[in-house]
Amino acid sequence: MRDHPVLMSVLLALVIALFAASLLVGPAGIAPMQALSALLRGDGTAEALVMREIRLPRALLAVMIGASLGLAGAAMQGYLRNPLAEPGLIGVSGSAALGAVIALQTGLAASFALGLPLAALTGAALAVGLLLALAGPRGGSLTLILAGIAVSALAGALTALVLNLSPNPFAAAEIVFWMMGSLVDRSMTHVWLALPLMAVGWVLLAGLGRGLDALTLGEDAAETLGIPLGRLRLMLVAGTACVVGAGTAVAGAIGFVGLVVPHILRPFVGARPSALLPASALGGAVMLLAADVAVRLVLPDRDLKLGVVTALVGAPLFLHLIYRTRAEGL
Amino acid sequence: MLTLRSLSVARGPCTVLDDITLHISAGEFVGLIGPNGAGKTTLMRAALGLLPHGGQSSLAALPAQTRARAVAWMPQAREIAWPVSVETLIALGRLPHLATGARPAPVDRAAIDAAIAGMGLEGFRTRAANQLSGGEQARVLIARVLAQDTPLILADEPAAGLDPAHQITLMQAFAAEAARGRSVVASLHDLGLAARHCTRIIALHRGRIAADGPPAQVLNAALLAEVFHITAWVANTPYGPVCQPLEVLG
Repeated sequence: MRDHPVLMSVLLALVIALFAASLLVGPAGIAPMQALSALLRGDGTAEALVMREIRLPRALLAVMIGASLGLAGAAMQGYLRNPLAEPGLIGVSGSAALGAVIALQTGLAASFALGLPLAALTGAALAVGLLLALAGPRGGSLTLILAGIAVSALAGALTALVLNLSPNPFAAAEIVFWMMGSLVDRSMTHVWLALPLMAVGWVLLAGLGRGLDALTLGEDAAETLGIPLGRLRLMLVAGTACVVGAGTAVAGAIGFVGLVVPHILRPFVGARPSALLPASALGGAVMLLAADVAVRLVLPDRDLKLGVVTALVGAPLFLHLIYRTRAEGL
Repeated sequence: MLTLRSLSVARGPCTVLDDITLHISAGEFVGLIGPNGAGKTTLMRAALGLLPHGGQSSLAALPAQTRARAVAWMPQAREIAWPVSVETLIALGRLPHLATGARPAPVDRAAIDAAIAGMGLEGFRTRAANQLSGGEQARVLIARVLAQDTPLILADEPAAGLDPAHQITLMQAFAAEAARGRSVVASLHDLGLAARHCTRIIALHRGRIAADGPPAQVLNAALLAEVFHITAWVANTPYGPVCQPLEVLG
């Protein structure tokens, strides 16, 4: 806040405005003032139920997951010193999706409400264990990328296997639609499930700023500036796993936010990795709230998936990034 | 400042450094010379504790935070990952002196300004550091090391890629640091620069110290033939000591 007051104020104002829009847009067609008073009243009326049980958790999850992806993306890019890095790189989101897909396939998801998110979290936890075992306690960023790619590939292959073996097209369709990512029909239970893990992850990732700044000079120089690289990497992996695992568990795989948001905001913070962390968290919340409002406005009756919209917006920005990187001759 | 006792580094079956014992005192500007692969970089990285090693290094024994205030390290790879401003990059040298989240105090600003002035980077403060030319980037990274304001500086080929004027400026800056009681150890390939500016030269050959002493004593025909396989014109001239490599020995 103190380094870039204008940028941070603008982002914060956008989060608040889009949060309000997310609360006010929906198929129930409740008038704005009525909606807000129903939200505050919280009596047993249908409007109060819609506001408190459907729209509020949806808006809250959009903020939480968007901020998580933006923050984790900025941290990952800072650690790997690569603007093309993203939180999914370490394989946690793919593994969480695998856990969810197994829950859908085995009927665990249908048998109790938290079956799917808990299975997804288990997948994420296993992925982190495997990742750290592969990458080892010491070792540079390259081994982390390679281990992450290996874990991602394994999770992807197993997900394909589950789809391959699904008993009927409806089961397969359910899995495919889930994997596109959505915030429709999430409840406050989902918020309470994700929030503690995400809070832990936010604290871990927010503490990386100093180390990421030092890494601008490379790993050797950072280490001689007193940065414990082993601990930094552990905090990065654990923090990313917490926020991305929890996010994927409640909303499915939502791509491109963690890739595009840090990239867009980097020039506004003078490219300093530590300043990019909070800006990117707010930016991620803005992007996901906007995308989630858009899916309700663009094709309200077709259940457009959130992950599809973020990818549709993100991919062209990604192309632009590649084009600009080429133009800079890097 | 720095004491190494029987320092050794093995990479697989190869011994890269063998039984290095030396002591660097305050006020010394040490030129570390040797052909490619002699172990100059390995020696400095092991001394810093960045490599697994045998033997003892007084720096490697320090806790990371204390070490960061005792020695500044300029790696050979000139890495600047992001288009941060020159001033921001140089300010990273102050990290070991700042508590987490603290802003630079006047003493930090003074160290940053002195480093910028010392490397002649006044006009570059707000430029994106990774978009400067190679030699300019090297000067920015040297300024970062100076801003760290440590009793000891280790620099891996700091003069590589600099034009003659900036090479001389760099050597004079390091010599000035040594004159005010600091110590500098720099690996160098330019024997002329080493002869002229260093107070002491350590020649490495196949992982061992081949010679260690004042430039006039170390830079002689026999050593240059044995270590570098070259002949050179070495003389004490009215302009100071000169060492000009001439021919490769057959």
